[in-house]
Amino acid sequence: MPKTIDLDLVRHIGKLSRIELTDQQVKTFSRQLAAIIEYFDKLNELDTANVHPMAHAVEIHNVLADDAPGVSLTPEEALANAPQRDGDFFKVPKVIGDSQ
Amino acid sequence: MTDIIDLSATQLAAAIAKGDCTSVQAVEAYLGAIARREPAVAAYNEVLSDRAMEQAKAVDARRSRGERLGALGGVPLAIKDVLCTTYGRTTCSSKILANFQAPYTATAVAKLEQADAVILGKTNMDEFAMGSSTENSGFRPTANPWDTARVPGGSSGGSAAAVAARMAAAALGSDTGGSIRQPAAFCGVVGMKPTYGRVSRFGLVAYGSSLDQIGPITQDVADCALLLRVIAGGDGNDSTCVDRPVGDYLAKLDEPIKGLRVGWPAEFFSKALDGEIAAAISKAAEVYKSHGAKIVEVSLPHSRIDVDSAGQVSSYAVACYYIVAMAEASSNLARYDGVHYGHRTAEPVADIIELYSKTRAEGFGEEVKRRVMLGTYTLSAGYYDAYYNKALKVRRLIKNDFDRAFTDCDVLLCPVAPTTAFRLGEKTADPLTMYLEDIYTISANLAGLPGLSLPAGLSAAGLPIGMQLIGPVFSEETLLRAGRMYEKATGITRLTPPMAASAGRE
Amino acid sequence: MIDTDTTVLPLIGLEIHVELATETKMFCRCRNRFGDPPNTNVCPVCIGMPGVLPVMNRKAVELAMRVGLALNCTVSSFTKWDRKSYYYPDLPKNYQISQYDLPLSVNGYMEVPLSDGTDKKVRIRRAHLEEDAGKNIHDHPAHTGVDLNRAGVPLLEIVSEPDMNTVEEVMAYARGMHRLVRWLGASHANMQMGHMRFEPNINLHITRSGRTYKTPIVEVKNLNSFRSLERTVAYEIQRQYAAWGEDPDGYSLDKLGKQNLGFDDERGVTVFQREKEEAHDYRYFPEPDLVPVMVDEAWRQSVAAGVGELPLARRARYMADYRLTLKEADALTQDAPTGELLDDAVRLGADAKRCVNLLLSRGAAIANERSCTIAEIGISSAQLADLVKLLAEGKINATAAARIFDLMVASGEPPSRIAQREGLLVVTDAAALGAWVDEAIAANPQAVADVREGGKKQKKAFGFLMGQVMQRSGGAADPAEVQRLLRERLS
Repeated sequence: MPKTIDLDLVRHIGKLSRIELTDQQVKTFSRQLAAIIEYFDKLNELDTANVHPMAHAVEIHNVLADDAPGVSLTPEEALANAPQRDGDFFKVPKVIGDSQ
Repeated sequence: MTDIIDLSATQLAAAIAKGDCTSVQAVEAYLGAIARREPAVAAYNEVLSDRAMEQAKAVDARRSRGERLGALGGVPLAIKDVLCTTYGRTTCSSKILANFQAPYTATAVAKLEQADAVILGKTNMDEFAMGSSTENSGFRPTANPWDTARVPGGSSGGSAAAVAARMAAAALGSDTGGSIRQPAAFCGVVGMKPTYGRVSRFGLVAYGSSLDQIGPITQDVADCALLLRVIAGGDGNDSTCVDRPVGDYLAKLDEPIKGLRVGWPAEFFSKALDGEIAAAISKAAEVYKSHGAKIVEVSLPHSRIDVDSAGQVSSYAVACYYIVAMAEASSNLARYDGVHYGHRTAEPVADIIELYSKTRAEGFGEEVKRRVMLGTYTLSAGYYDAYYNKALKVRRLIKNDFDRAFTDCDVLLCPVAPTTAFRLGEKTADPLTMYLEDIYTISANLAGLPGLSLPAGLSAAGLPIGMQLIGPVFSEETLLRAGRMYEKATGITRLTPPMAASAGRE
Repeated sequence: MIDTDTTVLPLIGLEIHVELATETKMFCRCRNRFGDPPNTNVCPVCIGMPGVLPVMNRKAVELAMRVGLALNCTVSSFTKWDRKSYYYPDLPKNYQISQYDLPLSVNGYMEVPLSDGTDKKVRIRRAHLEEDAGKNIHDHPAHTGVDLNRAGVPLLEIVSEPDMNTVEEVMAYARGMHRLVRWLGASHANMQMGHMRFEPNINLHITRSGRTYKTPIVEVKNLNSFRSLERTVAYEIQRQYAAWGEDPDGYSLDKLGKQNLGFDDERGVTVFQREKEEAHDYRYFPEPDLVPVMVDEAWRQSVAAGVGELPLARRARYMADYRLTLKEADALTQDAPTGELLDDAVRLGADAKRCVNLLLSRGAAIANERSCTIAEIGISSAQLADLVKLLAEGKINATAAARIFDLMVASGEPPSRIAQREGLLVVTDAAALGAWVDEAIAANPQAVADVREGGKKQKKAFGFLMGQVMQRSGGAADPAEVQRLLRERLS
């Protein structure tokens, strides 16, 4: 494993993470991330062919709630921490449509 | 009479209930201690003096009306700033949440309030709980009360320092990879990470969701039992919180466990461990032995720690932990985007993507950025099987090791950290070096097991040494009793750093 | 347009997002309600504030199971939740809780009747649960507003195999699904409220001179009406064929893979959307905050018991048992309660055919005026049964029955009381009838003459006189008796 990650890959990860990186940061992270990923690669020394992944620390199931209305916030409360608002809406730069 | 701030939380609660002192007096005493010691320690992000006094007055009023107070009636506590409260701010020591005011209070904190505790303030931490020294705080580092040139540990450094320096009777912290246990060890106090699912995570700002737990940081084991009893239990707001009855951890606390089998995990005692600490843990084993316990050698092969000729430490568990924690963190921190709450860039932006990217670049510290990016990387297309899925499989292997070990013993005895408190700035050059601080604590998080960290004496340099007891799931009672056994046998409890021993009397 | 040695086979699959009819959201207890003022049905959980956790809505799971079972799916005994990551302002956590590798239901199918009388079987690959996103409001020219009322509403995503080959099949499938989810009570499926959204994926297999070409698969996002779905699919088929025509070897699936487009409703064309162009790396991983759901046989059975008779089965039953035509049976199986109204009336002893006649004439007309279903116009099965019995017993005639039906809808009174009050009971009294007949004869000498004369004018004149008698009786005369008397007196 090389001592650095490809700079383009670092920029790509930065983009996926929505974190703007300076050129210097791209270089520094390229070094640091590579070292850490090399450390992660140690897990390849272990044979896990027949092991079932453990996503949860507790093995419980079927935690379900009744479909009964609870307490909602008022728009004032909901928007109290909003960095920018337009009346009772959160305000953002123009986007297209909805995500769904 | 003993100074109020020299009383344990248990003793203070009893004193207030009896009328020997008032909550207002207690709060005044602690605010005084904070005024004197905070400048050097910097444990608090925010001290809520006015509100604390209001709460204290209310508790005193109820007491004088003859009402029965809750188990923590009038006792002043500190809360790690990773827990949401409707009062003050909840910042996670991050610039991105510097002015965030939560519209709800975390369940665990609400339970403390229901038990009539008084909240003194929110304590400093590594940003978003990512760190082992509190040096990653987005605001400023906290100093170790034992030696202010050293770190208090992390990420619950503020809470541990506050308790050690007697700036709070007890505190809450959170532990994802050791963030309660390691600062407790560095600061000479008691800290417990409960079983995963024992305490509700609702209101705990998430870092590693399948690893995080809230727990007490206290002066002694009895206080730990007291706080745990208050905060433990089911919660309809947390699907991962187990609805299992909470035992009375205090009832049999002083009763030694007959025939206690103490497991000794060979893999944990490698060259990576400081000699003084190894010696202290060995001595602890002897103490248990002399009190009727049996020491059993057990093996945790997948938690083994290797040190190569160059001194490089390697541990599968650390790799496994960081992959899982960072992956979950990258997702948990995606919400900090300047849209619904928190910091938003003031720079002009061309579109929403720039809004997100500049906001997060400005709001997150370096370590947070590193972890978010690594998490994104390990989850991204093509890498999932190699890293995240692989880590989840290794996680099961680690857990299986513990399950096997616990067929031969009741608790495991092991170190908390490979060294005592290191100097500020000593380990910040290389991220990996800091990650390796967690080698003894992360396995318990991966396996969901409870772990208790308690003082095992001081090093030659006068720094606290911590020891750790790990148990099977929901064995908190056993851990606390075993811890108490050690405390009683050795008298090592409520260690006082020099700054807190000096006359704080005005 | 298409030359004779070329065959074009469109392959169309459809993803349908259905908002479930629960009181509250998928992971929190805010109200699931359309049309409320912005950001009034929100809480820390659905705003995605720091420290919050999701808790699953049991009703949503059961409604989803109900739909899965009705679609002949296997309901998984072990199902789990995953996080799907992408950044958008209407998705506050910047990930959506969804299901990736172990969805709630898999491998089902829907039989879709076509206009030529055949049934098209469309396979369902999977149906899984997820949360909806909020809404972005684009009224202002310089910025977008975000309303999170819809964020967290339970969504059932139903994914078909690309089994459909024509626009008709797609529309029949879409309408069939629309009817089914309403039928089951799983969704109100009100299109204006955005309860159902379509995402067709389309490509063509073009065979020319023995060689088969496959065009790239185009997925069109977020269509929220049947009309736009129809236009989109029709347009895409033509567009892809034309694009292929320009570059048969270049415009191909293996070269260009899959593309996401939007539909520009105004221009009626599919369009490339710059902002959504980035191929998404959703970085799916198991949701750590939610534990899996295990569906045992007992639970599955109890949900299956709630599914009941499905539309096509009921339609077949009506044609067989009630001897209805396809058209009649179809009209009565658009929603479940209308059929229940009919079946209950029949159970109370009413004649099915007569019930159907009333329901599909007056019932349908009123329902149409009110834009509601026949069952919703407000008559009970008992009232319908009583009315039909009066008719069957000859106490009222058909015209009167229709009138009483309308009055019954308006007032809710029992039909016999209305008939009485309005004088609509068939008059069989010979004297009264005789009087009306005589009056009609006296008042219309020309018509009388035409009848008596015979020939071409006789039938029409007789009918006219009948009408005159009925009119004089206010519609209450027994037509058969009137006829008899008239014949008698005119001969």
